[in-house]
Amino acid sequence: MTLVVGSLQLGFIYGLLAVGVYIAFRILDIPDLSAEGTFTFGLAVSAALTAKGHPLMGVLFGLLAGCLGGAVTGLLQTKLRIHPILAGILTMSGLYSVNLAVMGSSSNISLVGLDTLFRMAFDLFPEVDKELIKLVLSALFCAVLVAVLAIFFKTNVGLCIRATGDNEDMVRASSINVDATKILALAIGNGCIGLSGALLAQYQGFADISSGIGIVAVGLASVIIGERIFGQRGVTWGLVVTVAGSVVYRLIIALALKSNLFPAYFLKIVSAVIVAAALSVPAVKEVLVRRKIKKEGLRNAVHP
Amino acid sequence: MLYIRDLTKIFAPGTPNEHTALDHLDLTLEPGEFVTVIGSNGAGKSTLFSAIGGSFWPDSGSIFLDGKNITYDPEHKRASQIGRLFQDPMKGTAPHMTIEENLALSYSRSQRRGLRMAVCKKDRNFFRESLAEFGMGLEDRMDAKVGLLSGGQRQALTLLMSTIVPPKLLLLDEHTAALDPATAEKVMDITNNIVRKNRLTTLMITHNIQSALTCGSRTIMMDSGKIILDLSGQEREQMTVTGLMELYSAKQHKTLDNDRMLLL
Repeated sequence: MTLVVGSLQLGFIYGLLAVGVYIAFRILDIPDLSAEGTFTFGLAVSAALTAKGHPLMGVLFGLLAGCLGGAVTGLLQTKLRIHPILAGILTMSGLYSVNLAVMGSSSNISLVGLDTLFRMAFDLFPEVDKELIKLVLSALFCAVLVAVLAIFFKTNVGLCIRATGDNEDMVRASSINVDATKILALAIGNGCIGLSGALLAQYQGFADISSGIGIVAVGLASVIIGERIFGQRGVTWGLVVTVAGSVVYRLIIALALKSNLFPAYFLKIVSAVIVAAALSVPAVKEVLVRRKIKKEGLRNAVHP
Repeated sequence: MLYIRDLTKIFAPGTPNEHTALDHLDLTLEPGEFVTVIGSNGAGKSTLFSAIGGSFWPDSGSIFLDGKNITYDPEHKRASQIGRLFQDPMKGTAPHMTIEENLALSYSRSQRRGLRMAVCKKDRNFFRESLAEFGMGLEDRMDAKVGLLSGGQRQALTLLMSTIVPPKLLLLDEHTAALDPATAEKVMDITNNIVRKNRLTTLMITHNIQSALTCGSRTIMMDSGKIILDLSGQEREQMTVTGLMELYSAKQHKTLDNDRMLLL
């Protein structure tokens, strides 16, 4: 039971990250690696502000920090015409120093005994089970974010972003500033990612400079698991399913850890393998189908 | 409406591949004029359209639209006043979005895009009525993804998208060339109706000499980045397809002869 509850809590918190990754990779169709930096940026800002006694500000500014990082990547990609992958790598490398500076040049911050968002909720409802509060709070963040984004992507601006990922020529011909649209979308996506980091810092009660390593793979794994299990439909569906994918991913990880299949430090390679395996399904399927066609065709061939 | 003076564009200057695509070209279009453009491959027709549409800046010369100099305006900015269709039906629509969403996107081009819902009920009815005029049954498939439509349907939809907010200038770059003859005729009919209804100033590139003469009110022929023939009025009415073909090869031979003379 604790395993399921814990997976749900983490699933929702990392679900925010997955939604951010979904916006860049699926809606905008841009491989954006800045998440590795912006996730830690949100985490660091949140931890630093919580340590100063402002947990709510921590969440808000964690989100804004993510937006800022995303906007930088967007500027590099569009106005300076740097390749999207390289732009993301540049942002993420640069942010490493920024994050260390935010954390007061130490590689971790402990929030033990300090007021976090979660502890404030505990004090507010002293009679309710703490695990339940954590679950509801993280689920609430996810639900609000998904609802807001689902509506946003049906507005005029949201439509512009979706069309930019679909057909850039058409968007330009419809008198839309493609560069501005991309910058905005990357800012929003990385804002979600920063928010995810900000919540995680307060949830786990510490911040570590290396939290962002491999986080893109985690986000992608959630997106793909969601799509494979629940199928692809509209944007709203995609957002919901991505969060569900994040929860499933956490369950898989928790089960694997519990059964002592592998030690905790194997987490990154597991997520990498999940992503690689899920992405290679169509290619493998095609090879199998072709092999079958060839075999039958050779067997049924009419010889001269 | 459109006023082009001394427009020149040289690709890859200073290299062995140097190519003069537009050569001191002058062109004036009156409001509401529908001009067809003919000429062989490489004559500079599409380059002219790209220069007007803003895909690149010309090396020299200027382009005025409705009295305003747009030569150096960014592409997306002038797109609010210029509708543009290409030969490839895939180019003008977003395949993973619905018909309704595609229309909403182009319908919002005249206004500042904010956080208003993209499709409201009033718009939806307006879209349905406009689509119904095509007689293609698209009005009953508003929620279908555009990727599911045939080439002809997509091109008709693109046509509506580029004219739903009447532009000051409509550029049609062989927009029926990739379609089968029956569909091409249908899309051409729709084009004529829309242009007539909105009195749109239009430039249309075509390789179909017949429709070049029957559509619109004026025909220009391009070669080597220049306009070598400008037909309108009675002269155009009396022109036949064979007559134009003869004129076409005669003009081309002349330029070829000129080139030969230069070489000698």
